[in-house]
Amino acid sequence: MKIEIITPDKKIFEGEVKSVRVPGKKGSFQVLKDHAPIVSTLENGPVIMHDMEGRESRYEINGGVIEVKANRIILLADSVS
Amino acid sequence: MANLKAIRIRISSVKSTRQITSAMKMVSAAKLRKAQDKIVRLRPYATKLHEILVGLSQSLADAEIENVYGRNVSREKVLVVVITSNRGLCGAFNTNVIKETRRLVSEKYQEQYRNGNLHLLAIGRKGYDFFRKQKAKMLPEQNGLLNDLSFENVSVVAGELMKSFVAGDYDCVELVYNQFKNAAVQNLTVEQFLPVETVPAGKIKSVPVDYIYEPSKEEIILELIPKSLKIQFYKAVLDSFVAEHGARMTAMHKATDNATDIIRDLTLQYNKARQASITNQILEVVSGAEALRG
Repeated sequence: MKIEIITPDKKIFEGEVKSVRVPGKKGSFQVLKDHAPIVSTLENGPVIMHDMEGRESRYEINGGVIEVKANRIILLADSVS
Repeated sequence: MANLKAIRIRISSVKSTRQITSAMKMVSAAKLRKAQDKIVRLRPYATKLHEILVGLSQSLADAEIENVYGRNVSREKVLVVVITSNRGLCGAFNTNVIKETRRLVSEKYQEQYRNGNLHLLAIGRKGYDFFRKQKAKMLPEQNGLLNDLSFENVSVVAGELMKSFVAGDYDCVELVYNQFKNAAVQNLTVEQFLPVETVPAGKIKSVPVDYIYEPSKEEIILELIPKSLKIQFYKAVLDSFVAEHGARMTAMHKATDNATDIIRDLTLQYNKARQASITNQILEVVSGAEALRG
């Protein structure tokens, strides 16, 4: 899956990942391959990604929106710390 | 000859002026590029947000949502946000904004101004100084914003404006700023920030995707509207910032050109004077010799 993490100031991350866990408004959820299309608002919290080799990377975001469509993830974060 | 010396001094002073203006031009060019980068980086975020928002409001076309930012009542209390620069030497950049704001105040919002219901918020020292001297009602200045321009700082200000709009302190918020077109051209823009003009439904026909919406369409849209407003505000400030550097670059370029012209004229004048004085001296020598021989 391709993911882009964008804030208004810059593009934080772009690349291929195996799984992403995001802090959704109604609770944290994980996006894997072939996830159904979803739009969700996000709370403050960690975004945890695993890349193709299984390495973990982590970003703390302060609110945002995520859109998942056809194995393309776009995460608009207000800010990343 | 005293005249020769005077010209020489002028040439050297114009030369040093030219050095300064051309250095300022270089600095502005570098800053312009940096600021333009910011706009470029903002663009994907803004487009994507807009896309999601349009998609949402299409699927919600029938349902009415309570939008606190769309409250459209008669405009009794107005806030005009004047975005200028902190520094001068950028041609007509600030003057244009100030002129347009004054026109706005004296024509469109004449009544509100007379009733004392018109406030100004200045971003940029030039606008602030001008309108403070005019004894206009000002909110505390936000000039620091331009020194450290980031989305976080700007969104704090935008958030406060939105809060006071929702609280009913203002019925309408307008932005006056220079929109960046290219380094030489700025478009003076008056833009309505609040209330929000609703997205015209059904304008963009995209293939409808059956999304899962979490928590719900309404909640998402209510959360996205303030976000997109903040983006709009940030974009205006950023645009003005980029335009400022563009304007300064052009102004400094012209100043450098003018200095070059002046130096050329002065050098010509200097050489003429020098030649004249040499001719004079030769004449004196020749006529002196002639007198001796006679």
